[in-house]
Amino acid sequence: MIETILDIQSLRVSLPTDRGVLNAVRGVDLQIKRGQTLCLVGESGCGKSLTAMSIMGLLPRYAQVTSDRFEMVGQDLSKKTEAKLAKMRGRDVAMIFQDPTSALNPTLTIGRQLTEGVMRSEGLSRKEADARAIELLDRVGISNPAARLTQYPHGFSGGQRQRIMIASALMGRPRLLIADEPTTALDVTIQAQILQLLGELQSDLGLSILLITHDLGVVAAIATEVAVMYAGRIAECASASDLFATPMHPYTKGLLAAIPVPGVTPRGCELPAIPGRVPGLIGTMNGCAFRDRCAHSLSRCADDPVPQYYPGTGRFVECVKAAEAET
Amino acid sequence: MIPFISKRLFVALCVCLTVSALSFALMFLSGDPAIAIAGSGGRAEDAEAIRIAYGFDRPIVVQYFDWVGSALVGNLGQSIYFNVPVTEIIGNRVGVTLTLGFISFFVALVVAIPLGIAAALRPNGWIDRIALVIAVSGQAIPSFWLGLMSIVVFGVWYGWVPISGAASWQGYILPVIVLSYYAVPELMRITRSGMIEVLGTDYIRAAKAKGLPMRLVISRHALRNAVLPLVSLAAVQLGQLLSGSIVIESVFALNGLGRLAWESLLRSDLPVVQAIILILALLYVLLTTLADILNAVLDPRLRGAS
Ligand SMILES: Nc1ncnc2c1ncn2[C@@H]1O[C@H](COP(=O)(O)OP(=O)(O)OP(=O)(O)O)[C@@H](O)[C@H]1O
Ligand SMILES: [Mg+2]
Repeated sequence: MIETILDIQSLRVSLPTDRGVLNAVRGVDLQIKRGQTLCLVGESGCGKSLTAMSIMGLLPRYAQVTSDRFEMVGQDLSKKTEAKLAKMRGRDVAMIFQDPTSALNPTLTIGRQLTEGVMRSEGLSRKEADARAIELLDRVGISNPAARLTQYPHGFSGGQRQRIMIASALMGRPRLLIADEPTTALDVTIQAQILQLLGELQSDLGLSILLITHDLGVVAAIATEVAVMYAGRIAECASASDLFATPMHPYTKGLLAAIPVPGVTPRGCELPAIPGRVPGLIGTMNGCAFRDRCAHSLSRCADDPVPQYYPGTGRFVECVKAAEAET
Repeated sequence: MIPFISKRLFVALCVCLTVSALSFALMFLSGDPAIAIAGSGGRAEDAEAIRIAYGFDRPIVVQYFDWVGSALVGNLGQSIYFNVPVTEIIGNRVGVTLTLGFISFFVALVVAIPLGIAAALRPNGWIDRIALVIAVSGQAIPSFWLGLMSIVVFGVWYGWVPISGAASWQGYILPVIVLSYYAVPELMRITRSGMIEVLGTDYIRAAKAKGLPMRLVISRHALRNAVLPLVSLAAVQLGQLLSGSIVIESVFALNGLGRLAWESLLRSDLPVVQAIILILALLYVLLTTLADILNAVLDPRLRGAS
């Protein structure tokens, strides 16, 4: 059996706002196995980044988080103290960000930023940590890596900085890499290079990746699994090939209207617009969140709970119609 | 770094020259200095004799370079009132002002920076609110009033500290508190806003994502970036503390430079006024130059830009 790296059930994240409690993540289930790349897609504001941040343990202090299960590399995170969670960051799970120009500290050298984590967590000497940094910088395609260690971020291009960020994230040899829109801020050719690099690293290192994106072309290029998120819940989750071949949730079908095909769909293909608006997330909500925009909605769609349907291993849909159509 | 520093020093030198020319021109601001020295009752022959004795009859450019030349070797002329070298008078007074200024500056930084950081870590928390009250009251209460009230309460009623003068170190306690109280708000607010801005950046999230403890995230990653705007402000503040303490020196009867400047102005002792203005202006130039260099040490982007 393949090792499960991340197993989340019923993750909820609420944030107090001026207008009431914002239930941004409303019961998310996610599973990532070793070597998988799970792409989390969905419209802006549906809770993708908050889900990622809760895995990193980096939500703002005032956020309220609950879950039925929250396990990473076999350890129950919900029972861990903040100090223990901090120890897992960088070593079990690492993260890269959307804007590589702002993710590196402008006042510290590249070498310092790459090595500071492992020198603490693994007790490496400066020399050992530098050696690992040089090896990784070389691996992500930074030329002349030894000389780069003493340089500051402002001398590097956006693409180079994202490579450096990837190297930095891999310093602690994490099992899971979270990438929140890692190519959005880069131009198209650089995007392709970064995605290819991530793919290579994944097979070389047996890494699992959780990649957040708006871009169906990115999904087609790199995903092994896809989770489609809508208004704080996972609407549909399937392997990439199944999802592209037979989308089941009306929202997924709407997204795939542009018919992205793995290997064919060009990158830079944004999610197509679906008529209507995302419901507000303040306060409670019953029934299917997508029903107001759904062409097939029924009166039963307003009932709780929305039926869930598991049409095969690892596949999951939350929709009245999809569940009925098959039974 | 070397090109950056030499460039900064060159700019500083140009400013120094301008400043010296302006303070030299002060001498002639009030009309003919010879008549001023001779006094209102002086005869025309006396004024003429003074003009020749002081060299006012020479071309102005010659006078300027003569003045700069002697200023460079530490001769700032004679006080008209005391008839002793200006440097001697200033030398007697400058210690009080430097002590008061530097201690107040140090106290202000020690209070403002931790308070600003604590306020930024929990915006709208109770520390933030207290800090806001301190800031607002510091900017609203006039310093002479606070100075007088503190003398009445701690000097007269309780008798904890001397009422005036700097004969003992206790004499500095109240003036330092009052003076630093006025420097704290701005320093604290710029620390707070810089810190809040920096704490929201991706590189802080990245630092946390590496598993660094919060203490290191703040000291190594946040503080260094947050103090950049603070450094420039602190330089100006120190300049103000060293030059703008006329009110405090008067209230607490401290014989510092501020008071000397004020008294000399009343006595029309222009060489002294001129020298004080020159010294303070050069001090500002020195401080801002040092601040720029310190910022370049802290922020490699500035070094690259030079
Ligand atoms: N710190 C916060 N305080 C209050 N509300 C927040 C906060 N962070 C996010 N939200 C809200 O929570 C919801 C989900 O945010 P999240 O950042 O997870 O969206 P997202 O799916 O990543 O969107 P995008 O694709 O635009 O990055 C949004 O409505 C957002 O406005
Ligand atoms: Mg996001």
